[in-house]
Amino acid sequence: MDVEAARYLGAGLASIALIGAGVGIGIIFGNYLSGALRNPGAAQGQFTNLLVGFALCEFTGLLGVVMAFIILFT
Amino acid sequence: MAASPMEQFEVRPIVPLHIGNLDISFTNASLWMCIVAAAAALFLTMGASGRRLVPSRMQSITEMSYVFVADMIRSAAGTEGLKFFPFVFTLFIFVLFSNFLGLFPLAIFPNVHPFTVTSHIIVTFALAFFVFLMVIMVGIARHGLRFFSIFAPKVPLPMLIILIPIEIVSFLSRPISLSVRLFANMLAGHTMLYVFGTFVIGLAAAGGVLSFVSIAPFLAIVAVAALEFLIAFLQAYVFAILTCIYLNDALHLHDHH
Repeated sequence: MDVEAARYLGAGLASIALIGAGVGIGIIFGNYLSGALRNPGAAQGQFTNLLVGFALCEFTGLLGVVMAFIILFT
Repeated sequence: MAASPMEQFEVRPIVPLHIGNLDISFTNASLWMCIVAAAAALFLTMGASGRRLVPSRMQSITEMSYVFVADMIRSAAGTEGLKFFPFVFTLFIFVLFSNFLGLFPLAIFPNVHPFTVTSHIIVTFALAFFVFLMVIMVGIARHGLRFFSIFAPKVPLPMLIILIPIEIVSFLSRPISLSVRLFANMLAGHTMLYVFGTFVIGLAAAGGVLSFVSIAPFLAIVAVAALEFLIAFLQAYVFAILTCIYLNDALHLHDHH
């Protein structure tokens, strides 16, 4: 296989990491919402934890994107 | 056809300056960093200049951002964390303004090339590394060598063998995760907007029924741009709140929270 083609394939494969980030962010917000609907009083206090969880989860997917960019543009 | 979607991130020298082999040219990145700082300073001084009992619109925005950051620090790092209010506020406002200014459609004016400072890893890494060093210095100044107990949570001894290396790696990866998150979000967001925008323009230029159809993706882009504004704010918030959480670790070790 020619290197250029392999590079595009690799970048595409690296972007698969975003599937996990999407699922993870969905789980985090979904569970936050169901928890918040059960106990709206405690919801506000957990908002920080929600965003921290979101940020940590998103990071794993973004590493894949950065990898794709590195493969494509270096 | 249009230029590469990466062209918008190019750093071009405006005033070339060289000292020996060192390239310290004044680039568009430096220019936009100055613009961000000036815009933030202007915005906040304008808001704070009136000091009326019943605030004007500008004053209430300034007050809201002040209270917002103060509440964030108080909830994440306790009252002691408020000593670091000026630092966290500056960080938050700088990241927020550079994210927002990069999103404004200034390119409609001729010869204006908007540039997002935070879409460059070196900028975000410098900010994150500064936070990292400050957390270590605050921790050591406050607790002395006891600061290193941050790597040893209160668990049974056999667990420590596994946990200490994990804690050390997670501590050392903080500046990387903090900077890569912001940088990758900005880079990916701007690239996405550019790619979608090229698609709509291509469709509209195709003529006939295709030009008419291009209204639908155009409306979708408006929604995506709105989402980008949300992400720009959220990333600035996440950057600031993680700084507070790291500060909390340094201030209180594992004592509470």
